[in-house]
Amino acid sequence: MIGGLFIYNHKGEVLISRVYRDDIGRNAVDAFRVNVIHARQQVRSPVTNIARTSFFHVKRSNIWLAAVTKQNVNAAMVFEFLYKMCDVMASYFGKISEENIKNNFVLIYELLDEILDFGYPQNSETGSLKTFITQQGIKGQTKEEQSQITSQVTGQIGWRREGIKYRRNELFLDVLESVNLLMSPQGQVLSAHVSGRVVMKSYLSGMPECKFGMNDKIIIDKAGKGGVTNEAGKSTSGKQSIAIDDCTFNQCVRLSKFDSERSISFIPPDGEYELMRYRTTKDIILPFRVIPLVREVGRTKLEVKVVIKSNFKPSLLAQKIEVRIPTPLNTSGVQVICMKGKAKYKASENAIVWKIKRMAGMKESQISAEIELLPTNDKKKWARPPISMNFEVPFAPSGLKVRYLKVFESKLNYSDHDVIKWVRYIGRSGIYETRC
Amino acid sequence: MTDSKYFTTTKKGEIFELKAELNSDKKEKKKEAVKKVIASMTVGKDVSALFPDVVNCMQTDNLELKKLVYLYLMNYAKSQPDMAIMAVNTFVKDCEDPNPLIRALAVRTMGCIRVDKITEYLCEPLRKCLKDEDPYVRKTAAVCVAKLHDINAQLVEDQGFLDTLKDLISDSNPMVVANAVAALSEIAESHPNSNLLDLNPQSINKLLTALNECTEWGQIFILDCLANYTPRDDRESQSICERVTPRLSHANSAVVLSAVKVLMKFMEMLPKDLDYYGTLLKKLAPPLVTLLSAEPELQYVALRNINLIVQKRPEILKHEMKVFFVKYNDPIYVKLEKLDIMIRLASQANIAQVLAELKEYATEVDVDFVRKAVRAIGRCAIKVEQSAERCVSTLLDLIQTKVNYVVQEAIVVIKDIFRKYPNKYESVIATLCENLDSLDEPEARAAMIWIVGEYAERIDNADELLESFLEGFHDESTQVQLQLLTAIVKLFLKKPTETQELVQQVLSLATQDSDNPDLRDRGYIYWRLLSTDPVAAKEVVLAEKPLISEETDLIEPTLLEELICHIGTLASVYHKPPSAFVEGSRGVMHKRLPARTGSGEGTECPDVGNAAGGSAPEAAPSIIPSQGDLLGDLLNLDLAPPTTTGPTPSTSGMQMGGMDLLGGGLDSLMDESEPLGGDIGGSPAMGAGFGAAPTVMPASLNAPVGGGLGDLFDLGGGVGMPMGAYIPPKTVWLPAMKAKGLEISGTFARRAGVIQMELVLTNKAMSVMTDFAIQFNRNSFGLAPAGPLQVLTPLGPNQTIEVSLPLSTVGPVMKMDPLNNLQVAVKNNIDVFYFSCQYPISMLFVEDGKMERQVFLATWKDIPNDNESQFQIQDCHLNSEAASNKLQGSNIFTIAKRTVEGQDMLYMSIKLSNGIWVLAELKVQAGNPNYTISLKCRAPEVSQCVFQCYEAVLKN
Repeated sequence: MIGGLFIYNHKGEVLISRVYRDDIGRNAVDAFRVNVIHARQQVRSPVTNIARTSFFHVKRSNIWLAAVTKQNVNAAMVFEFLYKMCDVMASYFGKISEENIKNNFVLIYELLDEILDFGYPQNSETGSLKTFITQQGIKGQTKEEQSQITSQVTGQIGWRREGIKYRRNELFLDVLESVNLLMSPQGQVLSAHVSGRVVMKSYLSGMPECKFGMNDKIIIDKAGKGGVTNEAGKSTSGKQSIAIDDCTFNQCVRLSKFDSERSISFIPPDGEYELMRYRTTKDIILPFRVIPLVREVGRTKLEVKVVIKSNFKPSLLAQKIEVRIPTPLNTSGVQVICMKGKAKYKASENAIVWKIKRMAGMKESQISAEIELLPTNDKKKWARPPISMNFEVPFAPSGLKVRYLKVFESKLNYSDHDVIKWVRYIGRSGIYETRC
Repeated sequence: MTDSKYFTTTKKGEIFELKAELNSDKKEKKKEAVKKVIASMTVGKDVSALFPDVVNCMQTDNLELKKLVYLYLMNYAKSQPDMAIMAVNTFVKDCEDPNPLIRALAVRTMGCIRVDKITEYLCEPLRKCLKDEDPYVRKTAAVCVAKLHDINAQLVEDQGFLDTLKDLISDSNPMVVANAVAALSEIAESHPNSNLLDLNPQSINKLLTALNECTEWGQIFILDCLANYTPRDDRESQSICERVTPRLSHANSAVVLSAVKVLMKFMEMLPKDLDYYGTLLKKLAPPLVTLLSAEPELQYVALRNINLIVQKRPEILKHEMKVFFVKYNDPIYVKLEKLDIMIRLASQANIAQVLAELKEYATEVDVDFVRKAVRAIGRCAIKVEQSAERCVSTLLDLIQTKVNYVVQEAIVVIKDIFRKYPNKYESVIATLCENLDSLDEPEARAAMIWIVGEYAERIDNADELLESFLEGFHDESTQVQLQLLTAIVKLFLKKPTETQELVQQVLSLATQDSDNPDLRDRGYIYWRLLSTDPVAAKEVVLAEKPLISEETDLIEPTLLEELICHIGTLASVYHKPPSAFVEGSRGVMHKRLPARTGSGEGTECPDVGNAAGGSAPEAAPSIIPSQGDLLGDLLNLDLAPPTTTGPTPSTSGMQMGGMDLLGGGLDSLMDESEPLGGDIGGSPAMGAGFGAAPTVMPASLNAPVGGGLGDLFDLGGGVGMPMGAYIPPKTVWLPAMKAKGLEISGTFARRAGVIQMELVLTNKAMSVMTDFAIQFNRNSFGLAPAGPLQVLTPLGPNQTIEVSLPLSTVGPVMKMDPLNNLQVAVKNNIDVFYFSCQYPISMLFVEDGKMERQVFLATWKDIPNDNESQFQIQDCHLNSEAASNKLQGSNIFTIAKRTVEGQDMLYMSIKLSNGIWVLAELKVQAGNPNYTISLKCRAPEVSQCVFQCYEAVLKN
């Protein structure tokens, strides 16, 4: 199990050091600093073995978090734990920075004592942690409150406390998708997938039971088969369903129920959380197509022309469009002409950055640039990194639709109709690249 | 309030000041002071001098302060054991506090104070807390038992905490269960023989129930524990798999990977033709792919594991090539791993895409990555023959870029391509020679020299090229020197007239001017060869080289089996067994693995458990095996027999079981005194020595391979030996597909009282096979080889050899099902293979099986009628005389004949090699092709087999 946990600043100074196991000594702290933080080269692996001690590290801005062990631990668990640790800290005091960590070091020690026992991760749900790790002491609580805390921390529904009350029961549902694409210069899709998240903000009283439904192909097909009579209905709904390659759920979702019935039912945590993640690869709507044209004119000049085409309903607007066209390292000057938006050559980033604020569907825009090159002796050819793109569109490129989100709370007197629900779809670019 | 100020106090006399503040009356000031102390402790200053003052602050109502003091205590108690006692009272008191959070805090902290004197005081409070009404306290106490065990194992046992902990597995609270499982698993690691975890269907059921309810971390503990269990049969295995699969949709990647581990292990037990087996395979792919959209560090862990999974079960991800394409912004460690997996998944179906990708990668920036990409192109050529041409032209394009390291890497792989496809691509040699000067890495230089030497007859100026290398001979690395020596000798043998001077020069450089014994020895060998018999020299040096294998960098199967059991853990990230990186004295390997098979787990588990379990006794004595020892360990792996009666409770039982099939026995079968280790050391040297074959598999391990057992099971049911004749026709026992190219067919015969196993070994692989040995598993009649397997000459590709192996019947006995089933292990330099076959029981009929008439009658009466079985032999057209004669040939003796109403009654006796008598009455009616036979025997089990023999003998 985890033998110790250290937090360093960018210089390698220790900000937090908590040792859980006897086999980890103070010298481990230094070993990591010397061998990883101070090493001159790029990190070649997130797991480092130094003198039979294994170090797992993640970096958040310029803060290093390292978990140390001498045993054959579950590596995936250690990383998951480190991420979780970051989440917990962030929800307590915001951004993970040297300043914030120093300011909250007592709190962090308290948290580390609670969520890791002898190197074994314990309940790390911020919802319940915040009920008793408050930095204010817990003496004032009544006996009922205390036992409520412990039963929640250890209980089956560790992510939600009892007795939550809202005057207005409200629900916000965001379908956030990032669409990833790798396209060949000839316009052939090499790989494309959507990784999506369903993020929920729930402000609901009591212990509500929720049921979430979407246009999952498996469910819709099943429903279609069930009702033999409405052949027509099946064909229309079948068209709109999507094939989900795989999905993972927040721990509040009953997995065995999903496995047997493919229904998503859960008691939600309070506030914001990620209900599920999913991945699709079939029938993805690619919001933009990039058509590159690079021509080398002699040894000292490049001509680049890039066309982007938007491919969605004309009534919708894409936003925050940014096209990044890499330029060779020996670029001396660039002239750009673009029809729409603004384009600039950024020497420090070795790229032409073309920004367009808004663009409607089924439109087309073009940029052309002349790149002057310095003559070099460097034999190595320019690697031609891919042209990448950023954007945001108000629909789900996977085609996912929320069909329903039902809320049942039997003990309190509000029903599904009384809950105000909001649904929003946002499609963003993930790694959206076209090779040139 | 900002606490960061505590980090900045660097004044002198600080300790003194702190002391004063700690003893202050004001609570706030005290708290401030303790914070300062903790901050100093964090940055590594020694504040142990303040011990008494800090401990004095412990008695407080302020929980925050209390926690800080505890933190301090945990750090310094060990260095101040006497004063740490002062804290005991507070702990004991806190364990009685009405607030469960404080009780838990006390018990949690107590366990972290590693002072012997204190531990005694811990026991009572801990005992109470283990039975506390509040689950939060119980779950903390459960972990505390593990802490205490780490400090003083004996104390924990004496106090009976282990039993209490076991009871907690049935606790109503899932988190208590999870922590108890975690604690027990850890303790079990240091008690390989104890039956601590006592996994049985009931407890497994409890765990599976808790799995649905506990936190993500608890699910990991439980799944990791489940992975140590071996179900008793495939039905149980399937039902556990069914209950574990929902975890594949968990958001926590560690839960997913641990579930994958359980499934990968239990899947081994499922029959491959089962529908569920296919369903399960299909279910595994999507979650594995999803792991690739996790954060980069987790992606890395996932990819290292997928690398193992792809080697073990390539079918799972064979259609998912695209997801392993490298993204421009992937961290380098993710890129390198993806590349590895791409090559493993490359096949004829996707090779075009893969090549296009690899070509892109070869133009990237990171040197390691580019090299690997170039190497990958070469490997594709070797793996997928249809793509070889495209690969070669891609490599040539890359060489044209003149990027130094790309060129060198390309030359190294092209050499392998030449080896794989001789006489196909030699036209590119000219291009390669152009780059001779730019090569500065030994591997590339050696590869180029090999090419020049190998194709000396086609390169006009080969002598000049090699001579140019000779100038700086002593500055070259050994690799290059050896290669140069061989290349020049090859050249000489091909063009003797013009290169005599050159060869003399290199031989003298190698033998007289070099300090390197390898080089000198090789030089002398060549020298003597050339001077005594140039023709022989030609045969040796220019001998046809064995083909190189398709796959490189494969993990040795036994290790792979073990690593599969460690999916998700560090071992799977390092691709090393835990013993290679875990401190010896508390090492996981020796402790954990016996626990896996030792405790009540069926020894019939197919492979994973066995391979792992067997290794334990061997590995135990070595404390920290070095890499070299590791190989040794692997070689010593024993295999438990696939079927023994019931579970073996102790490790010693395991060990004995292990001996049966392959134990030390194989060693003794080998003629050399240094059987296994020697081969390992030898093979790379061979490769380097002649023909320089860097792609020869790194070590042709002789270790018994667990995977083989799986095959054995498949065969067990499938190979129905037609009991055709006295000497049944030969059947294929071991198809080449299952044995890396070795095909074995054979039959059994009894000749002049000697039982013989007649084997035909065919080498359908590309490489020479040597070092054959054979061994049997225990069987019903104690059959065992009476001598070594006489395969004296190496078996070349496409060569066949017939061997006759005399058998004795004095080996260990175990009843098999069917009775005449024989499980065989055959080893050669490549691997160990397993198969099973059935022998005709007639070969066990001994020559002195003719019973006296009187005795026959008495015996016939004596054997109870329940033991009599009747059979029909149909379509037999012999008369009684002929039948009797024919049977006599097989040592079935007719004692008497009676004719009643036209029906001949033949009374016969048979004696088996183990002394069992079988009496028979055969009714033959003239004109009726159907005989009736009654068999009587004290061991009625054999009757069926004997009947089969009758049928076989009479019909042939």
